[in-house]
Amino acid sequence: MLHLRVAEPMRECEYSQISTRSSTPMETPYKKRTPKRRKWQAFPGRNKFYCNGRIMMARQTGVFYLTLVLILVTSGLFFAFDCPFLSLQLTPAIPVIGGVLFVFVLGTLFRTSFSDPGVLPRATPDEAADLERQIDVANGSSSGYRPPPRTREVVINGQTVKLKYCFTCKIFRPPRASHCSLCDNCVERFDHHCPWVGNCVGKRNYRFFYMFILSLSCLTIFIFAFVITHVILRSHRYGFLNTLKDSPASVLEVVVCFFSVWSIVGLSGFHTYLISSNQTTNEDIKGSWSSKRGKGNYNPYSYGNIFTNCCAALCGPLPPSLIDRRGFVQSDTPHPIPPTNGTTMYGSTQSQSHMAAATPLLQSEPVILTDEAFLPGRTSLGGSCSGALPLGGHPTPPTSTPNLSCDNDMLPLRNEQSDGLRHHHTDGCHHHFLTPEEAPSPPGMLPCVSPLGHSHTIQGFYNPASQDSLHEDSVRGLVKLSSV
Amino acid sequence: MATEFHNLQELRHSASLANKVFLQRDYSEGTTCRFQTKFPSELESRIERPLFEDTVKRLNIYYAEAEKMGGQSYLEGCLACATAYLIFLCMETRYEKVLKKIGGYIQEQNEKIYAPRGLLITDPIERGMRVIEISIYEDRGSSGSCSGSSSTSGSSAR
Repeated sequence: MLHLRVAEPMRECEYSQISTRSSTPMETPYKKRTPKRRKWQAFPGRNKFYCNGRIMMARQTGVFYLTLVLILVTSGLFFAFDCPFLSLQLTPAIPVIGGVLFVFVLGTLFRTSFSDPGVLPRATPDEAADLERQIDVANGSSSGYRPPPRTREVVINGQTVKLKYCFTCKIFRPPRASHCSLCDNCVERFDHHCPWVGNCVGKRNYRFFYMFILSLSCLTIFIFAFVITHVILRSHRYGFLNTLKDSPASVLEVVVCFFSVWSIVGLSGFHTYLISSNQTTNEDIKGSWSSKRGKGNYNPYSYGNIFTNCCAALCGPLPPSLIDRRGFVQSDTPHPIPPTNGTTMYGSTQSQSHMAAATPLLQSEPVILTDEAFLPGRTSLGGSCSGALPLGGHPTPPTSTPNLSCDNDMLPLRNEQSDGLRHHHTDGCHHHFLTPEEAPSPPGMLPCVSPLGHSHTIQGFYNPASQDSLHEDSVRGLVKLSSV
Repeated sequence: MATEFHNLQELRHSASLANKVFLQRDYSEGTTCRFQTKFPSELESRIERPLFEDTVKRLNIYYAEAEKMGGQSYLEGCLACATAYLIFLCMETRYEKVLKKIGGYIQEQNEKIYAPRGLLITDPIERGMRVIEISIYEDRGSSGSCSGSSSTSGSSAR
């Protein structure tokens, strides 16, 4: 009597699936004929994928290659020019330790750069419609120029936290999540977007990032110390000028290491502080949990003691990726028959054209919701900021000074601003942090505009405490002017 | 428990999707994975409240187990770090093991409890752990909502 046909999985995926998902009436004959697309090929964010979806990086990867070249060249020169002398004169343990450090640095760098930082997949059309309905019910009417901001409040550990609605991903962001404007994704426990590793740093790769900068600090100090030792020892024997002639690479190594030490060690110290207090860079920049905001303001996520915070950040369970990049794109499940809300956008990025006939329950045309770079100015944001490499200076704890070299694009029809943080490492060690603020806008009123206005970044002078209301007002004003 | 079991394949053929209910995440305890146990009004006529709440509570327990930070997870983390995370090529993490368990549990619940009532739970991992999606099916053959035992298409012997 009990018989449930467990249909073959129609897509590869990491998770066990319910048998029902894969069985729809007219699927099988078509599936065998058409080549299946993997989910990474239909991914709506601005990421690049390599190795058939195994590797995931941000769009701008130029600075990552610079990082790689710097590490490889400096270490290579060290092993080639300094190690022979040192291993003979002092101990062969030096190249061995150097080698171990070097391998560890590269391993953690690749792991940080290539893994999913904790991207939250966008809401399915049904979910988005359901949320819209709930919001409309809560607000009363959805007409009018100024819809109230879409936030939800939740009390965590005695502290009130606001959950913001992300217009691009159509979800209420979990606490500590933020939308990265460069990658156009919501990322869980968003720390910052690091151009030097070419990826966002979030929940899933924060520990690798920390290990990377820690081991890189050690490697930099190691190389710096032993190159100096090498030069000194050699100078004793052959004279300083001869030393420089015999081993010119040492000079280059010293210069690179000298400037790197300040920034990298400073950064490691900063992140050690963040880990021990269980904060993200984003929260620290905004001063979310600082006592300056109010007497009763404290960090609700902290476990109370430094050791537990460190263990939680570095040794806690590693959640799996939520985006299933290598799974196969399925045809949509049928939508519910009665249209729930006429103004919401129905559609999907995943429906295959030949399935439209097989799914008579679909009510609307498939609409492509992917965020292509319609704005030419957007892609240049990453380029210009990452290209600036001022030298010199000393490490300062990150302040909210703006990076004025970045472009400041403003669109008249702008549907959304999103949170995002760009952590700009420079050799000169000024850490510029940019946190564009989010402002609400009424997608229900302007459905045709949303492909254009996605997640646009406003970068400019930023004061964490007071800019919220200013931005909101300015956006509302613009939307008012542009709405018909 | 219903004496007749719907073949889930036939559920699709004979029933049509009427509505979807979404159970959102409950963030009152922080960022750990928990779902709200509030009983949605759309399901009032379809399933008994204790059964439903049981399912959701069980899922919450499983997710708490996956994200629990204790000796075992620390050990796993340190071992992974020591092997430069290469150990994950041959071993799956505790989280993944629990997720598999959850997948099996949801399938079992669907087979035993939800499908006979014309409901279907979607594994939250397929929705990015944002929601528990419950699909409500209406029986095409009957005029009202399908309550499972009176459906004409019924289960077929295979």
